[in-house]
This record gives sequence, C-alpha cells and structure tokens, in this order.
Amino acid sequence: MKILACIKRVPDIGARIDLTDDKLGIVTKNLGFTISPHEECAVEAAIQLVEKAGGASAVLTLGPAAADEQLRDCLARGIDRGILLETDAAHWDPGETAKTIVAAIRSESEKAPFDLILFGNEAADSGDCQVAVRVASALGLPCLTGVKNLEAADGNAAAAREVDSGWEIYDIPLPAVIAVKEGVNLPRYPTLRGTMKAKKKPIDRIIPEKTGAKLRTETLYHPPETGKQVEMLGQGTAAVPKVIEILKSLEVI
Amino acid sequence: MSQFPEKAKVVIIGAGIVGNCVAGHLAEKGWKNMVMVDKGPLPNPGGSTGHASNFIFPVDHGKAMTQLTWDSSKQYEELGVRRECGGIELARTPERMEELKRRVASAKCWGIEAELLDPDGVLRLFPWINKEKILGGFYTPSVSVVDSLRAGTIFRERAVEKGAMTVFPNTEVLDIDVEDGKVKAIKTTRGTIETEYILVCCGVWSPRIAEMAGASIPLVPVVHQMIDAGPVPQFAQAKSEVEYPILRDMSTLMYERQSAGNMEVGSYAHRAILHDPNDIPSNEQAKLSPTEMPFTMEDFEPQLEDALELLPDMLDNDQVEIQYSINGLISMTPDGGPVVGETPEVKNLWSAAAVWIKEGPGVGRLVAEWMTDGVTDLDPNEVDIARFYPYARSKAHVWDRAREGFIKTYGIVHPGEQWEMSRNLRLSPFHARTEALGAVYFQTAGWERPQWYASNENLLREYGDRIADRTNEWDARWWSPIINAEHLAMRDRVGMVDLGAFAIFDICGPGALNVVQKVAVSQMDVPVGKAVYTLLLNTRGGIRSDLMIVRIAKNTFRVITGAGHGGVDKKWFKDHLPADGTVQLHDQTSALCTVGLWGPKAREVLSSVTESDVSHEGFPFGTAKKFFIQEVPVWALRISYVGELGWEIYTTAEHGPRLWDILWEAGQPHGVVPVGIGVYGTTARLEKSYRLTGNELDADYNPVEAGMAFPRVKPQDFIGKEAYLKQREGEPAAVLCSLTVDDHTSSTGEKRYMTGHVPVLTQDGGPIEDAHGRRSYATSAGMGPTLGKYILMAYLPPEHAVTGNQLKVEYFAEQYPATVAAVGATPLLDPENSRIKG
Repeated sequence: MKILACIKRVPDIGARIDLTDDKLGIVTKNLGFTISPHEECAVEAAIQLVEKAGGASAVLTLGPAAADEQLRDCLARGIDRGILLETDAAHWDPGETAKTIVAAIRSESEKAPFDLILFGNEAADSGDCQVAVRVASALGLPCLTGVKNLEAADGNAAAAREVDSGWEIYDIPLPAVIAVKEGVNLPRYPTLRGTMKAKKKPIDRIIPEKTGAKLRTETLYHPPETGKQVEMLGQGTAAVPKVIEILKSLEVI
Repeated sequence: MSQFPEKAKVVIIGAGIVGNCVAGHLAEKGWKNMVMVDKGPLPNPGGSTGHASNFIFPVDHGKAMTQLTWDSSKQYEELGVRRECGGIELARTPERMEELKRRVASAKCWGIEAELLDPDGVLRLFPWINKEKILGGFYTPSVSVVDSLRAGTIFRERAVEKGAMTVFPNTEVLDIDVEDGKVKAIKTTRGTIETEYILVCCGVWSPRIAEMAGASIPLVPVVHQMIDAGPVPQFAQAKSEVEYPILRDMSTLMYERQSAGNMEVGSYAHRAILHDPNDIPSNEQAKLSPTEMPFTMEDFEPQLEDALELLPDMLDNDQVEIQYSINGLISMTPDGGPVVGETPEVKNLWSAAAVWIKEGPGVGRLVAEWMTDGVTDLDPNEVDIARFYPYARSKAHVWDRAREGFIKTYGIVHPGEQWEMSRNLRLSPFHARTEALGAVYFQTAGWERPQWYASNENLLREYGDRIADRTNEWDARWWSPIINAEHLAMRDRVGMVDLGAFAIFDICGPGALNVVQKVAVSQMDVPVGKAVYTLLLNTRGGIRSDLMIVRIAKNTFRVITGAGHGGVDKKWFKDHLPADGTVQLHDQTSALCTVGLWGPKAREVLSSVTESDVSHEGFPFGTAKKFFIQEVPVWALRISYVGELGWEIYTTAEHGPRLWDILWEAGQPHGVVPVGIGVYGTTARLEKSYRLTGNELDADYNPVEAGMAFPRVKPQDFIGKEAYLKQREGEPAAVLCSLTVDDHTSSTGEKRYMTGHVPVLTQDGGPIEDAHGRRSYATSAGMGPTLGKYILMAYLPPEHAVTGNQLKVEYFAEQYPATVAAVGATPLLDPENSRIKG
C-alpha cells in the first residue's frame, strides 16, 4: 500500500499567545515549531498501516524551507520519504494550498498512485478544515473527515467517526482521502536510531507557483478573557459546611 | 497566602535551588522578616533548577568549586534527597586519558576518593558500553543524583515554619529603589516592600533584575541540550531513579545518566547558543517552562551519533524513543564561576547567581554566613562578584567569554590556557614598547601582561646549558624556556618588568590611618614614605589577601595589589570606610603605571638617570620616594618580589612610554633585559618562597601556617586579631614549605615538569592530611633557574615539615621524589637577602 500523509508546520505555543504588531500573525520568536496534533496521528496511521500491510509511506508539506524540520521528524518516526512544497513567507489560503498539493499528488501518481491520502482533520493554527476535502474533490476521490478509527487492507478502508449518539462506521474503497482526528492512535516519538536514519532519507523539494489567495486574514484578536473567580470558602474545619453545600449542589454527594 | 508585607529585612528574588538554600540557611542563622518572591509558581517556578539533570560529580580541578560541591553533597545527604550511584568519566582518546590522570591528581589534592579504570573495569560497572570506543575511565564512587526541587522545598519550608519568611509565587519584580547607593525598596506586581537587603537568586534572569538597581550580574543564559530517551530495555526492571553510574563521555563532551527506565543524554558539544535575558519567554508564553527552549535537533545530531556509538546495545534499537528534548537554559559567566556576594555598585544588593545544582546548598550556606557574619567557612574569593572589573560586566565581554567558554565545560583546560576572544582590553602605557620587543601576552583581569619576550631568544644561547627545555607538549604548553633565560639574565644583570596591571588605590582623609590599621595585620602607623607588606585577614583569622600599603602622606595610604585580586581588595577597603565620608578611596590604577627595575645592576641604571640619592642609605629598603628620572616625575618604592636589588617605579600614565625609554636606554650598557611575568610571578618568586594570594594564601590557612606571623603583634585592633592571637599560641596544623623535585624522569624516560595543582604524598605514595583534614598539594610549581631545581610549595603537617624530608609528588599518574628544602618563609635562594640589600 502506498500512503501519503499531509502535514503542516505550526508554532508550538504556550498558554499566552502574543500577536505581531500588525495583528496578522503571532509572535514566534521564542517558539518552537511542530506538527498539528491531528496530523501527527495521520503520520502515525501511515506508519502503522505500512508496518501491517507493507508498502511505502510519504509525507508532504507545503511551507517554508524550515518545514524540513517537521518532515525529518516524520521520517525519524518511520515515514520513508518527504516532499516539501517550499513556499516563501506569504500566506497560502486553503484553496491554493489544496490546488498545489493536488498538482504534486498528480505528478507523483504518474509514477505510482497513492492508495490512501491522509490528512489531519484541521491545522492547529488556521483550523480551516478545508484542504482534505478540496484535495479529494479535485482528485475525484471519496473523502471522510473526523476519523477516529482506521483500518485499511485489500483496497478498502474501514473507518469510524464518533458522533453524539455513538459511532458512524464506514467502508470506503481505496484510493481515498481520509482526515483523522486525535485519538485515532497514539503517535510514537522518533527513536534515536530513526532520527539518525532520517538524515539519509530523501526529501524532494519542489517550489510551486503561488496561484493567489482568495481568503485574507483581516485581523487577529484574543477572545475576551473569561474572568476567573475564586472564592475562599474559609480556613480549616470552618470551611467544611460550605464545601458540603457545594458538593451537594454539584450532585457529587 | 499571607498579606503582602510592606516591610522586610530581606527580599529574596527567586525560588530556585539557590534562593531556597540561602533562605533556609538565613533562617537557621536567626534572620526574620524575610520575603521570597518568584514570578513563577511553586515548587518549580520555571528556572534552570526545574530542568536540571541533578547529578553531582564532586571532583573539579579547582579547590573552591570542589569544596562548595562537596559541602552541597553533604547537605543534600542530610536532607535525604541524595542517591549515590557513582560516576565514570570516559576517555575515547589518549589525550583525554591523560586528562583523566590529572582528574585523579585533583581528587587526591582535595581528598576525594577516585580511581582510574581500564576498559574492563568500566564495563564491570556499566556493562553496555561499546568497549571498542573507550580507553578507560575515571571513577568517583561519591557521584550522586539529588532531588533539587525537593531540597529547595525543604529549605524554603523550614524558613516558613520558623516564622522567618513569607513566600509569594507568581509575583514579578518590576523595579528596585536605591537611595544613597543602598537598597531601599522593591516594587512587585503585588506591591512595594521597603527592605534592608535584596538577594538576587534568579539564575538566568539575574542580570535583568540587577540592572533595575543600577548594578550588574555578569552572566548570560546559554543553551545546554538534553534529551530523555526510553524505554531503555536494560533498565526495564529499574526500581528507582538511578541504579547505575552516571557516564560522562568526556571526549565527546556529553553525559548519559539513567533516569529510572530512561536515559538522559546531555551535551556541551554543540555550538554556543546564547540568549538575552530579556528574550526569555514568560511562564505563560513558554510551551514547557521559560528555560526549556525549543529543541534544535540540527545542533544535537552529531552528539546523537556519538551516544549511539558509545551505547549501541542500549540506544541503537527500535524501542528507544526521544520522549523529551529541550534546549535548557543555564548561566555562563566570563570565567565559568558563580557570581556571589554583595554587588560593588549597590550596598545590600546581593547576588547568588550562575550557581549550578552541584553548588546550590554550599553557596546557600556561604551567602548566609557572609551576610550574617561577614565571613565564610569556605574561601569566597573565586566566586566573589567583586572579581569582575567594569569591562567584564559588559554584554560584549560576557557573551564573548561564554561563546568561547561553553565548549570548555567538559573540555581539557590547561592551567595556563589563555582566552582568544575579548583581548587587548587593558593595555599598559608600556604596551607599544613591550610589543616591539616581541612580548607574548597573558591576560589577567583584562590586562595584557608580557609573560616572556621573543626578543630574549638570544639569551637561550647565553644560558643554554642552565636551561632545561621541556619535551612534553603539556608541560611546554603556555610556557617558554625564554622565561628561565630572562630569570638568569635578571639575576646576573638587570631586568625591566611591565607591572602596569597593578591595582592601586589611595585611602585618604583624616581617618585613613584608622581604616588601614583596622584592615591590615601589620603596623600601619609608620613614618611617611614607609612601605609595609601586610596580610589582610577575615574575622576568623583566615587569610583574605596580601598586599603593600605605603604611607604617602600623614593621612594618605597607597594600597598596591595584584590585578587579579584588586577588585575584591578594593571592595574590602571600601566596605570599611567610615559612613561619614571623612575617608575616601581613590582608584589610581588607570592613572599610574609601574615598571619594575631589578637586578644587581639596577642601582647603576637608576643612578645614571636621576640626581636623586638612590644609594642604600639614601633610599633604604621598604621606603618610597618622589623624584625625577630625567624629566619624568616618578614615585618609586624600594621593594622586590623577585629577590633582587631594585625598585617599583611609578609614574602617571602619560609619562609611561618615556619612563620606559629612559630606563631602557640607560640599561643598555648594563645588559638590561625585558623580563616577563613568567619570572616575576613564578620563577623568581618561588626561589624566594614568596607567597601568592589565591595559591598559597587563602581563607583555608592562617598566617601562622603560612609562615607569615611576624614577631610582634601591633597593639591596635584589626580584623581577625583575636583569632590571630589564638593561632600564635598553638602549634600550626600545617606549615607552608618549599620542596624541590629530585628526579623528573618518568617511566618512559621523559622529563616531566609539574604544572597546576599536584598532590604531595608520603614516600610510599599515601596521601598526607593535616589535623584539620586538609590534604597536602602543591600550591605553586615552577622552575628555580638559579638554583637549578624545580620548586613546589605545599602546606605540610608538622611531622612532614622537616627539612630534608623525602616525599613524593604525583603527576599524570606517576610519582616523583621530592625533598622538603625549606620550612616556613625561609627562601631557598639567598636566605640572608643580601641580593636585595645590594
């Protein structure tokens, strides 16, 4: 089975996010970068499926040259090769991102088509939830998002997603596009050995042409803080009646 | 949480290992009304303590750091947070193997059990090492892992339980108020506290806090990379945090340390990655903690390869994952040492920064003693913040040194090793002259001092048969046979020494005599023009320093001291000036320059360029005089640190080059040679058994032991007098002696010449320890070219301090015979001092 996992380099943020002066981005000076958590699961799924069924896995990202770091990280975990669609610093919207990824996948498919194209459900920073669907649509492939259970073998994928009332179970013919959510598996860390091996794995670098974003960020702002209220219930045993009252109101006791 | 106080005795900023330890010790010493603030939460506020690997290797080549580490180890043990696991420093190269032999010597000097292991010996203790990669190891059984967060918590809670301290986490310091050069108040996000003392213990943030008060704490946060890898199959059955020795793979500048079922791998091999303290993210901004910066794998990859090579069975498999990886921030200082003590800029503003886990409790105790009693058990000189001159507080210098110094953390550092960056900071007025003579410069306190002169190479022919060259590269590194040739020429003829680096300050005012009388051991109420060599003691009678004080007017005393110790000496005098301003300290270091003129022909040279009477009677030893050398106004001092007739000749900086030229020219008929510090500080000094602060003289020893108790004790009071009188009554536990090496031949037939600290042993190779548990080691070592003997100085217990006593010294794991040649201050060369008298 030939599997592609698509990922995005995103800042690894702390509790407080500082905005740049123009309010169009966040300050990343002292931040590290990582892969969106859902995408980490997509990578893990690709590795596990290939481990089970054999085949080859690839990881693709559209991003700056520094996104090489995230590709290497995936290679260290066990992905076989990387594809970097290297961009400049400009903002790429989901439409043009999908278009560029589609072009790359088509060009890859000329050699050997992917059986399964995995995405994370949404990127941790922009959260557009669009790229997987757009890629599937453009390639005319079946698409499933929000997947939290995934198996694939013999030209078919069995997938499930959690809904309020229970689980939706799907059986989809491959090739397909599937966007997974955190929880579908437990992503592994790269091993020391894998990290050294990753240095020798190939990364294809392609510089795509920017087709023009149709979505534009107007401004970023922090959501209004929900005020934290702390009430002292008293000290020592004096606090006990109030504690009981609260536990009762919470229907804990 | 208690109400935020308006007043406090001391505010301790920082709840890391240092702040907590100081707090605990201060409370123990009876301090009350203490407040601790930290901008982070407890128990891990986010500083370097929180991500420390927490292991302690006790042996350092330096005595002070070893003592602080050893004391810390004991304290961790008492707190019940220490687990002894042993540690092995590994060598992959012959060069590192030699360094490990030097480690053994240091361990013997400081009395710490340690041994060399062959590869099989290493594998017996840690079976999973790739034997092919190692040549051997240095094993220290007392290496341990400690719980520094717990230790800090215990100390902090002790202070709180005593009612001595309140603690406010999540409280950021906004500003510090200083009035009349003294700490007044501290502003925080919770309010303002009026306080008598402020103690800055906030690690990598310390420079930023000190700056608020107009002071400086010279350090820079640097990255130390560390990963946590696991699960390690061989540790699957681990029942505790650490069960195997910690490995320091010294050749690759890395360590591997078991952490339960995982292995922590840390590195000091990567490029120096420096951060501005202002750029460290806040607790809220940081993903992990502020001092756990994003890991940069590209810097670590070469080290990863090294780790896999060393421990293939453990790490090179499909199970061991990198589960946690950080660029942890730690503090680096210009000389790598901690920054401790009251800041010279602001009274009652104290620093305890750049302190690692291994020194934390020791520094905590030291600071508490220092703040409470003004005196410490362990010698504070090496950690004293006052050692940094203004230039050393600049960002440019601190960063340059940190960049260059980072790689030395696990590096092999020769005792004479010079820094490459941040040079030519302080040049004496003679610099152009000495440079033209091919001076090879060594740096001290920023000053470039000629160590020897290439232009003296011709002297090697003249004295060739009396000069032993060194064939061993280590012994010959940072050394030249020219030093010995300069020495012989000076003793035969006359030499000129650039002493421009002297720290000089005048104590002036109506009460000046009282000040110097109080600080100095020697009688200072002497006639104007009299020079007095004196020791300075601490209140317990330990030695702080030795220096010259000259009474240059009724109410003015000139203090002349070495550049290396000048900052600390200056602060000591300043601390003892009366508060009313009637006595002032004027720093003359930059205004004056000094050239030493010494040798049997010195008088002939000097008398040829001055009309002043420079005869023995007209200019007696130990006196100072103002006169002219041709048109240059000078002030000269007839003393000698080299054991020859001559003078230290002082003039103002602008006259310096002219003074040099006049003496140089006048010296030509007498065969004058430029003489470097290699002679002044080592060879000539050792032949005369003159002591050096920091080598022979430190707070561990007293004047009686140092052989410097003069016949009479002045009736006036002085610091340390009571203790000094007591010392004089009893027998000293050790006596400073001069030894000579009887045979330099190593087992390979090569002649070896000891450099650095080497242990002095009994004839059968056993350690020598005095009644106070102090080991005997060479405090100084160097050639005595006139004597034709290699000289060592060492404190020996009385039973060994006997002239003619045969002992051994250990150098690179071999023992060489040495003989006690003189006991006490008796010089080996010219004991009657007839050369000095001329």
